[in-house]
Amino acid sequence: MSHTLDVAYVAELARLELSPDEKRTFQLQLETIVNYVEKIGELDLAGIEPTLHGQALVNVFREDVVVPSLDRECVLANAPERNGFEFKLPKIVEDA
Amino acid sequence: MSKYLITIGLETHVQLKTNTKMFCGCSLKFGEEPNTNVCPVCLGYPGALPVMNREAVKLTVMSGLMLGCEISRLSTFDRKNYFYPDMSKDYQISQQARPLCLGGGVTIQTPAGPKRVRINHIHLEEDAAKINHYARFSGVDFNRCGTPLMEIVSEPDLSSPDEALAYVQALKQILVYAGVSDCNLEEGNLRCDVNISVRPEGQEQLGTRAEIKNMNTFKGIYAALEYEIARQLATVARGGVIVQETRRWEPDLGETQSMRSKENAHDYRYFPEPDLVPVALASEQIAAWKALLPELPSARRERMVAEYGIPEYDAGVLADAKENADFFEAAVRLCSPGLGKTVSNWFMTEVMRQLSVTGKTISECPLTPAALAELVELVDKRVINGPTAKELSAELFENGGMPGVLVAKRGLGQVSDSGALEGFVEQAIAANAKSVEDYRAGKKAAAGFLVGQVMKLSKGKADPQRVGILVAEKLARLA
Repeated sequence: MSHTLDVAYVAELARLELSPDEKRTFQLQLETIVNYVEKIGELDLAGIEPTLHGQALVNVFREDVVVPSLDRECVLANAPERNGFEFKLPKIVEDA
Repeated sequence: MSKYLITIGLETHVQLKTNTKMFCGCSLKFGEEPNTNVCPVCLGYPGALPVMNREAVKLTVMSGLMLGCEISRLSTFDRKNYFYPDMSKDYQISQQARPLCLGGGVTIQTPAGPKRVRINHIHLEEDAAKINHYARFSGVDFNRCGTPLMEIVSEPDLSSPDEALAYVQALKQILVYAGVSDCNLEEGNLRCDVNISVRPEGQEQLGTRAEIKNMNTFKGIYAALEYEIARQLATVARGGVIVQETRRWEPDLGETQSMRSKENAHDYRYFPEPDLVPVALASEQIAAWKALLPELPSARRERMVAEYGIPEYDAGVLADAKENADFFEAAVRLCSPGLGKTVSNWFMTEVMRQLSVTGKTISECPLTPAALAELVELVDKRVINGPTAKELSAELFENGGMPGVLVAKRGLGQVSDSGALEGFVEQAIAANAKSVEDYRAGKKAAAGFLVGQVMKLSKGKADPQRVGILVAEKLARLA
């Protein structure tokens, strides 16, 4: 079992700009990591439930009760720019 | 041109009726000023941890049970990664691998008879923030961000705009019945994305589909589908190729337009959400929630016909909105047996007329089921006559109160005492000799005129049926 790992593609999805050198380095490093994890495939795992979470916990809930929100001036204090009480952005075109 | 088959599937996003957001305790009150109901979790601050709203899970499971879905015993959440300023942590918490509900379906009525529309699955996710677009910049309001959204994904079982509309309306009715959502389209409680494709008859494989977004009214869904079907058929007819893309419905232009889309825009790199542990539902828990479910509208219609002896048509009208059916049933249960049809008549004519004139819902009106029941009883026991009852119903609708009290206070009880009525009849006949002659000459309608005169003399309080009998007797004696 071998996964094709394309660092250039993943970097593009993550909006990361990588130099050709970096791409080569990360490609090699990540392949090593993926190959290491794939060792588990050498075991016979038939009938074993996949682990869904790192903690052996389920059902952590909160009740549907309103708690106070943040003060609006604090919320907007770090906004580079604001339009009234909105966070102001450059004009954006809606993506699909 | 060969015949084409149309295939439509819907993704319906429904806002759940919770007090707070999906993963934090911020209020969901609608119409608040921008960025008032926000906190580090829904603003997407690094390190802020989501904690799941139990009520949202419950409402999703209840929806699944109403729609005949199988409920997952073990359900997990995933991150859907994308870059857009409506989700500042750059991923939406959603469910991909193990959604809460699987399968199920809705039955719709079509001209060819009932049709089952299958549901693929229902998953729970968080809504994004609202972006307002201005001429030279955009603004973000995070009040909506983190709202619990249930996404109901249908199989591509629909084959016309009419069927799609019937499906969404049936879905809405069931969800409102279950009390899981208000499904208020104006407030964006119910939003649809539609997948649509065409293929020549006889072709097994579905055609290339386009996805349409931004339809937030029933009319919009219908018009967008009509437009898109025509566009795809015309494209195919002139030898063109349908490309897989997302299109946006522009209600003002009445057309769908291709949305700018990057390559790989649909590669969301889903992975398990490490900040949330799985939801494990024991059968006892599912059974306890199942016990909270109301009847489905179709079952209620059948029961109301059997229980109150009302026609199927009446049951359909009354059961259309749960609160109307609740009101009707509460009123009927307060009445003497056998008055089901009478209560239904009053509700469907007087009450529903007032509702439509005022644009109110029954819960917004001061009229109570007890008042309507008493009104029907007062008419049935001939304490008041029809016209008086109609006047009273208008007043009760507006101001509330009990009809019996108003009747006593204003002396509205109808006069059925023969002595008093005979006096009025004598008077009417004496004053309208012409009508009496007409009647003798064979114009039987003249009797109706005389009854009207008696009603007038009694100031509208006479029992019209008694008056009719008395006038007929009197005229027969004169003849």
